[in-house]
Amino acid sequence: MSGAHAVSALGAVRGVGAAAMVAQVVVVIGGAPLLTGLMRQVRARMEGRAGAGIAQPWRDVRKLMRKEPITPVRTGPAFRAAPLLLVVTAGVIAALVPLVSTATPVSGSADLILVVAVLALGTVSLALAGLDTGTAFGGMGASREMTVIALVEPTILLSVFALSIPAGSTNLPAIVAGAEHHPGRLASPAGALAAVALAVVVLAETGRLPVDNPATHLELTMVHEAMVLEYSGPDLALVELGSQMRLTVLLGLLASLFAPWGIATGASVGAACLGLLLLAVKVAVLGVLLAAAEVFWAKLRLFRVPELLAGSFLLALLAVTASYFLTGEGSR
Amino acid sequence: MNTGIYGQLLDLAAGIFLLAAVLTLWRRDLAAIVRIFAAQGMALAAIALLLGLHEHRWDLVAVAAGIAVLRVGVLPHLMRRALAAGAAAGGETRETQPLVNVAASLLTAAALTLLAYAAARPLVRLAPSPATRALPVGIAVVLIGFFTLVTRRRALSQVVGFLLLDNGITATAFLATSGVPLIVELGVSFDLLLAVLVLQILTTRMRVAFGGTDIDDLRELHD
Repeated sequence: MSGAHAVSALGAVRGVGAAAMVAQVVVVIGGAPLLTGLMRQVRARMEGRAGAGIAQPWRDVRKLMRKEPITPVRTGPAFRAAPLLLVVTAGVIAALVPLVSTATPVSGSADLILVVAVLALGTVSLALAGLDTGTAFGGMGASREMTVIALVEPTILLSVFALSIPAGSTNLPAIVAGAEHHPGRLASPAGALAAVALAVVVLAETGRLPVDNPATHLELTMVHEAMVLEYSGPDLALVELGSQMRLTVLLGLLASLFAPWGIATGASVGAACLGLLLLAVKVAVLGVLLAAAEVFWAKLRLFRVPELLAGSFLLALLAVTASYFLTGEGSR
Repeated sequence: MNTGIYGQLLDLAAGIFLLAAVLTLWRRDLAAIVRIFAAQGMALAAIALLLGLHEHRWDLVAVAAGIAVLRVGVLPHLMRRALAAGAAAGGETRETQPLVNVAASLLTAAALTLLAYAAARPLVRLAPSPATRALPVGIAVVLIGFFTLVTRRRALSQVVGFLLLDNGITATAFLATSGVPLIVELGVSFDLLLAVLVLQILTTRMRVAFGGTDIDDLRELHD
């Protein structure tokens, strides 16, 4: 009797965890264009324009999906596979990262290094596609993107390492669950430094101002747009959806790491629903803040981008040293 | 005071202290550098105040008040006056070309911080307490101040480098030995004030003589 209870309880735990994971992916796919639409709308209103409405990115996707797929002559598999890889990697990260619940079936394998590697896989596939077209812009965009990514990846790793030292694990759900139970960890200097460093690299990784301007096709400044210039139709729709999903997932990761309140740690349906609702609110607030800040920012000169990223690397390094030495971990 | 809260506040003050030193390397605008220096003075005064409150030593609290007046009020005011005089005379208000570029100097600051932590480990192991664990921060600021002094070319950012060096030495003294005697601290403070005044006069003289404060123009001595 009790054995049957235990089995059904275990089944319920797995069921809720799996449902939370599926909900994370569905919400990220469905919400990413809405987040972009919201950010564009906020920006338009602050600049005195009417704006196209929050659902406009979805309408763009629908329009592009109906068009005929065209690939430039002499492009190879790298060009064709890149849009799908971009969306799939973003979807995998959405399933791995603890956005709604830390007790999902894949939480054991949601390691920090794996997440960063999957993120880099999407970026590199898009850079290869840019090189594959053989156009001047594609190669230029790819080379710039590789410069930025080489500076961004170590900073992401270091700033999350600063948080993983008090948790004692590089497993992201363990870090988030630990921070939820001990909020004091986030109020330390290490937490504040890591938050600033991670925020800067999220801006660089998703191609937002001041590193890249997502709304321009000016040849001197574009990075992301230069790589995807040759895409059209359904492929372009996938590329846009993929980069919107990356922005959503990274903002969600930022919210989960530094404002983990409300993320479900157990197997209760109510907690998972609350986590889902809070996730939407947190990501929307971050998106609105980012859009509002972008109105006042100018794009940084490309040669000064390494300076910004070196600064953020330094902040991440100071966060690691602070959490290692100041808390006395090093002298133990 | 509660030991846990004391440790956290001391860590926070030490963190801001180190961050301010790093930010002076990051920013080019001299006015912003002076503001950051004032913030660092505030963090230093907070360190002294926390140590004084924790050990119930009222002379340390008085020293903290003195530090706040000198390093948050008087010295930034003097530097701002020198800067305003320079801007009125059409001089540079930005550190345009440091000898080492900003990205490289930030990475150097990271290396210097790690060096300070590595060098201070035996010292920390002698008597582990929240104050001695923050000791490497003071040493790191000394090294970063020295680096600023060596690589910057405007006279004013050199003054800031010198003051960072002194802030670092004072912080190390507080964290290692809970503060020097009041009379020594008083002497050091007056020394510092005098040095900044002399440097300010020197800056003004340089501007009159060369029209700028780029120290590369100082190639030979004149009477």
